Amino acid sequence: MLLREQTGPYFGEFGGRFVPESLIAALDELASAYALAKNDPTFTAELAHLHATYTGRPSIITEVPRFGAHAGGARVFLKREDLNHTGSHKINNVLGQALLARRLGKNRLIAETGAGQHGVATATAAALFGMECVVYMGEVDTQRQALNVARMRLLGAEVVPVTHGSRTLKDAINEALRDWVTNVDHTHYLLGTVAGPHPFPEMVRDFHKIIGEEARAQMLETVGRLPDAVAACVGGGSNAIGIFHAFLDDTSVDLIGFEAAGRGVDTPEHAATLTRGRPGVLHGARSYMLQDADGQTMESHSISAGLDYPGVGPEHSWLKDLGRAQYRPITDEAAMDALRLLSRTEGIIPAIETAHALAGVLELGRERGPESIILVNLSGRGDKDMETAGKYFGLIDAPGNE
Amino acid sequence: MTSRDDSAQASPVESALDQAVRVHGGALVGYLPFGFPSLDASVEAAVALAKNGVDVLELGLPYSDPVMDGAVIQRATTVALANGFSIADAFSAMKEITAEISIPALIMTYWNPVLAYGVERFADDLVASGGAGLITPDLIPDEGSNWIDVATARDLDHVFLAAPSSTDSRLDQSIQASRGFVYAVSTMGITGTRSDVDSAAHSLVARLRDRGAAHIGVGLGISTADQVREVLSYADGAIVGSALVSALETGGISAVTDKALELASGKPIHA
Repeated sequence: MLLREQTGPYFGEFGGRFVPESLIAALDELASAYALAKNDPTFTAELAHLHATYTGRPSIITEVPRFGAHAGGARVFLKREDLNHTGSHKINNVLGQALLARRLGKNRLIAETGAGQHGVATATAAALFGMECVVYMGEVDTQRQALNVARMRLLGAEVVPVTHGSRTLKDAINEALRDWVTNVDHTHYLLGTVAGPHPFPEMVRDFHKIIGEEARAQMLETVGRLPDAVAACVGGGSNAIGIFHAFLDDTSVDLIGFEAAGRGVDTPEHAATLTRGRPGVLHGARSYMLQDADGQTMESHSISAGLDYPGVGPEHSWLKDLGRAQYRPITDEAAMDALRLLSRTEGIIPAIETAHALAGVLELGRERGPESIILVNLSGRGDKDMETAGKYFGLIDAPGNE
Repeated sequence: MTSRDDSAQASPVESALDQAVRVHGGALVGYLPFGFPSLDASVEAAVALAKNGVDVLELGLPYSDPVMDGAVIQRATTVALANGFSIADAFSAMKEITAEISIPALIMTYWNPVLAYGVERFADDLVASGGAGLITPDLIPDEGSNWIDVATARDLDHVFLAAPSSTDSRLDQSIQASRGFVYAVSTMGITGTRSDVDSAAHSLVARLRDRGAAHIGVGLGISTADQVREVLSYADGAIVGSALVSALETGGISAVTDKALELASGKPIHA
């Protein structure tokens, strides 16, 4: 069987449904609705129409030679998901699930968010469809991504800061699951990544696989061949699966995911789940995760809120164990350097999450040389990160210094 | 396995429920987490419950990501983890508790700690510490066959959940998979006290009875003697957690003892 055709609930020994019984009926309902919708021409036409007239698809590819010169002279192409409405790939999945929620007659959307990109996308879809929206966000993240909190509120969503646990993305998911268990009759949990219980990993992947399908065709048209390597950053793993999927059965194409090494994978402060974790159950699925000897989830660290997650989607765990994809760690420092480099060489400011993939591309290009072609998912734009980047690089004048 | 036509010998939890139904018209199942407010105090509190009207103990294993738990239990288990709770502590505490009490004690645990510890090793240590079995809130029978085999081989109880939203075939699955009792969640939600125990509980228990469940405990939202009385009018056990944890948090051992006695006064028959 083609790797591309793998469906849930299991990806090898990963995936499944490890959730309270109360949620099973809703997951079954969602799985059936999705199975019908994906083969329903009305549904696929609705989604395609939204992508053409609202998201701004297809997104373009951009070759970046001045950046490529720093990557061993490799030809580097960016898949510009940053140009989508709301500024990241997240909108692809959100519109798909919001359409499904409408089919299920559910008028309330809840979501978790780390960097705020998924929360903004969900708040956007709720506004577009006239739905109620509640976004759970770790208190730490509401502080470092204050601009996105304001965007969500402007769009009419309620943002609930989560104040327990590590007060980051994992705790926001716990709180969203608690809300869903309580309000499942009229609420859809619009999960933002390829993690969680079946059918989320498969369904979210399917809504994002358009990224790789477009990019594969665009590369063939532009350079006449497939790239040698496809790169993406990996937190939960949605943008990475989205661009990898179309290439899974192209054996000449290496797939490399870059996860957040924070202050280094040999320190306790990282989010390198596939590099340093081991299989366990978190948030409804079996996958690699960061845990202690007792199975308690460990707190992750990354300068990027969107990658600051101690778990990863089950399909990535499967691809890792199969050897079909490789996963490498990128430190905060390397990511921030790559963020500045792309800004200065190409006039494109990426999200800090995305900058991890760009730092990875610098490594890959240097390993592979000028003959190589590398495609990277430019999953989000950096507007939301200006405060973090401003502080990191000392770009913001202190008051009174002007 | 908790179905009525099962001729196998009743487990200690099933016997305790049967006995409580016969003598008191129903059982009080009391929950407290290990390690709160300290490991020693959690042992003392559990023993106090057992000696003051509780018929079956449910001892919670603190976990970093408790998605079924509301604020009260989260706060308590966060304290336990911050104090350095480890799984080995649960077994040492269980050993101390079971040495002092004559009622059965189950562990309530999310699944990842069991996986990380090793399912067979966890079961062996549970047997050695005198524990009766596990309640697994995020393990559905579909994912639980290995655990059921391991538990069966060691004569341990394995309690699965049934929800108001469960289809009939899922109720059947839960009844077949459970030994000890079926844990009927009273409402669509998480742990915590509520002023009304949902009417959904009554109809869920009726559906479980119709489908042959012999032992049924109802949990979530029960916090008063009146609610215990109401639930025991149709179920075998009333499970109380947050209200006991809250009492322990605010008033220590004496308050949790008083709360247990108050809840036990809701049992329908007083000998």
